[in-house]
Amino acid sequence: MLQEIVFFIETVVTGLLSGIMYSLVAIGFVLIYKSSGVFNFAQGTMLLFAGLTFVKLTEQGLGFYEAFALTLGAMVILGILIERFIMRPLANQSLLSLFMATVGLSIFLEGFSQGIWDSAVHGLKISDFFDFALLDPTPIFVMDYIPWLDILISSFDIFASIVAGTMILILSVFFQKTKTGMSLRAVSDDHMAAMAVGIPLSQIWAVVWAVTGIIGLVAGLLWADRISVSFTLTAVVLKGLPVILLGGLTSIPGAIIGGLIIGVAEKVGEIYIATLFGGQGIENWFGYMAALIFILIRPTGLFGEKQIERV
Amino acid sequence: MFYRESKNIISSYIKDHRMLPLRQDRWLIGAFLLFMFFVVPQIGGDYWLLAILIPLMVFTVAALGLNLVTGYTGQLSLGTGGFMLMGAIAAFNFIYRFDGVQIPFDMPLWLAFICGGLVTGLVGIVFGLPSIRIKGFYLIVSTLAAHYFLLWFFRTYTYFVNYDRAGVVLLSSRYYEITWFTLDPANYYLPTLTTISLNTPVGKYYIVLIALTILTIMAKNIVRGSFGRNMMAVRDMDIAASVIGVRVAATKLIAFFISTFYIGIAGALFSFSYTTNIDLRMHELDRGFQVLFMIIIGGLGTISGAFLGALFVYLFDIAVSFIGDQMLGGALDSAFVENLTKVLTGITVILLLIKEPGGFAALWQQRKNKLRSWPFPY
Repeated sequence: MLQEIVFFIETVVTGLLSGIMYSLVAIGFVLIYKSSGVFNFAQGTMLLFAGLTFVKLTEQGLGFYEAFALTLGAMVILGILIERFIMRPLANQSLLSLFMATVGLSIFLEGFSQGIWDSAVHGLKISDFFDFALLDPTPIFVMDYIPWLDILISSFDIFASIVAGTMILILSVFFQKTKTGMSLRAVSDDHMAAMAVGIPLSQIWAVVWAVTGIIGLVAGLLWADRISVSFTLTAVVLKGLPVILLGGLTSIPGAIIGGLIIGVAEKVGEIYIATLFGGQGIENWFGYMAALIFILIRPTGLFGEKQIERV
Repeated sequence: MFYRESKNIISSYIKDHRMLPLRQDRWLIGAFLLFMFFVVPQIGGDYWLLAILIPLMVFTVAALGLNLVTGYTGQLSLGTGGFMLMGAIAAFNFIYRFDGVQIPFDMPLWLAFICGGLVTGLVGIVFGLPSIRIKGFYLIVSTLAAHYFLLWFFRTYTYFVNYDRAGVVLLSSRYYEITWFTLDPANYYLPTLTTISLNTPVGKYYIVLIALTILTIMAKNIVRGSFGRNMMAVRDMDIAASVIGVRVAATKLIAFFISTFYIGIAGALFSFSYTTNIDLRMHELDRGFQVLFMIIIGGLGTISGAFLGALFVYLFDIAVSFIGDQMLGGALDSAFVENLTKVLTGITVILLLIKEPGGFAALWQQRKNKLRSWPFPY
């Protein structure tokens, strides 16, 4: 019995840790949706672009920091270009058109990043660059620290969640304390009012896309460590979708909590519920189903803004 | 000069309700239909029929279906791939289980298509149910769930693919046999019933063409009738629609049903006429986006948009890969060509969205207005 409970806890903890990874992707979505009302499907390919650029740069012999800085620059430029050539001409279009434009962007980036680099699978281990105990690929036993539990947790997951947590902290400070962050929040509240008080809308959008690019870089590196840099990295976007829908498209805390819920639901579902359906591999749709159930109860997600409709 | 309404006098109520009010349209479309039915099978080679026209028409059916729910009713759906697979497998199961041996009824192909479409439509209603409560982008969670659930379902319950471990079903040529009458000269040209097989390029072409013609006429009549107006009212603003007495929930669900019925038939046609097998991996999530591209590029909420969009997207793919292979072939490796295709597709999609948000249908409408007053636009 105790063993089962421990196993259950282990499952939940693993789910929580992978949920953090989902949250990291989801935050990028939420940022863009909040500030410009665009549902950015290209998030996954931005991860691929960032990861691939970083890996190829390090393969050229650059160190971690140089490669990171260069990739960061590339992502910022990409963000500015997206704003200039896609978002600005498409302003005031229907949401569906904007969504499809990001799908187009996603296809473009897929071909572009694999075209200028290559389509091979690259392994990326962050532990090659740093000598942290946490980056040690062997799993750690929590038992060493808490006597009566022998839970097995991947230490990389802990590292990833620390990075993600730091990232979220930096973002919230950026949003709450800096002037740019304040303008961002103003734009997300009301475009027109923000423009009326003199906030340059296109600059703000460029900042948002650049920040999203940076988030994409961090998320891309962490995901790449798990599943290596290749085309599969773009599928991460599909993991992020139920998370933001569950959390609410406009809420960063929603993205975090949504990620945790989806992470746990997937792992628990895979182990305890899959047998009820007589099969494995329900992970692909279980997240969506879980999100669907939540949304049916709260139609705009857990923390999404309530929409007031008038005729 | 062209497309003028003058002399197009409507002299009775029945004429007022015509599907194509303009005489020019009727002539044009009539001639086009005659061409497609009688000329193309004669002049088109196997390659043209099998590799270009059949898939093109199949995608047009799918685009028509998706346009009904996304373009006319405003409910975004990304589950097209799953529904197409569902339609193909349902049609296969109907024709396979009703084989005339264990169940004393031999199901003909057309009935299997209709039954497959109906079953898919019912599944579509189930996954459309959340649309009553969820709006906007939140709804894609439901259709994505549908897509992944259906894919998982058929991979897990292999009964439906005849217990094939790889998830591949080859369609037997027996399914293509239909009873048809021929005019036999030995029998004084009296109609005699014989069994002929449609398992030829021309036969498959006719299957798809007839299905497309019927479904297009159906779609056109749905959207110009009262139900079509209800759908558009729901799309434009569902609260306002409910105020003027449109039953919003019922409209959404019926729209989902009709749409997935179309998409299911498209899936069945895709398998039976194009690939002649059912492979659980042939409709991934990309399919949903592909068809969505078609209706957005063609024009949301138009029937002609489905045709124009399917034509453009499908021919664009073929053209790019053809140019990549033939003109640059040898000099470049296939991975590069594939990446180039993606880059070009992405740029084209974005450019089209920026330049012509209404899609090709809007472009055609503008041309039509120009043509009307053509050489003297004053």
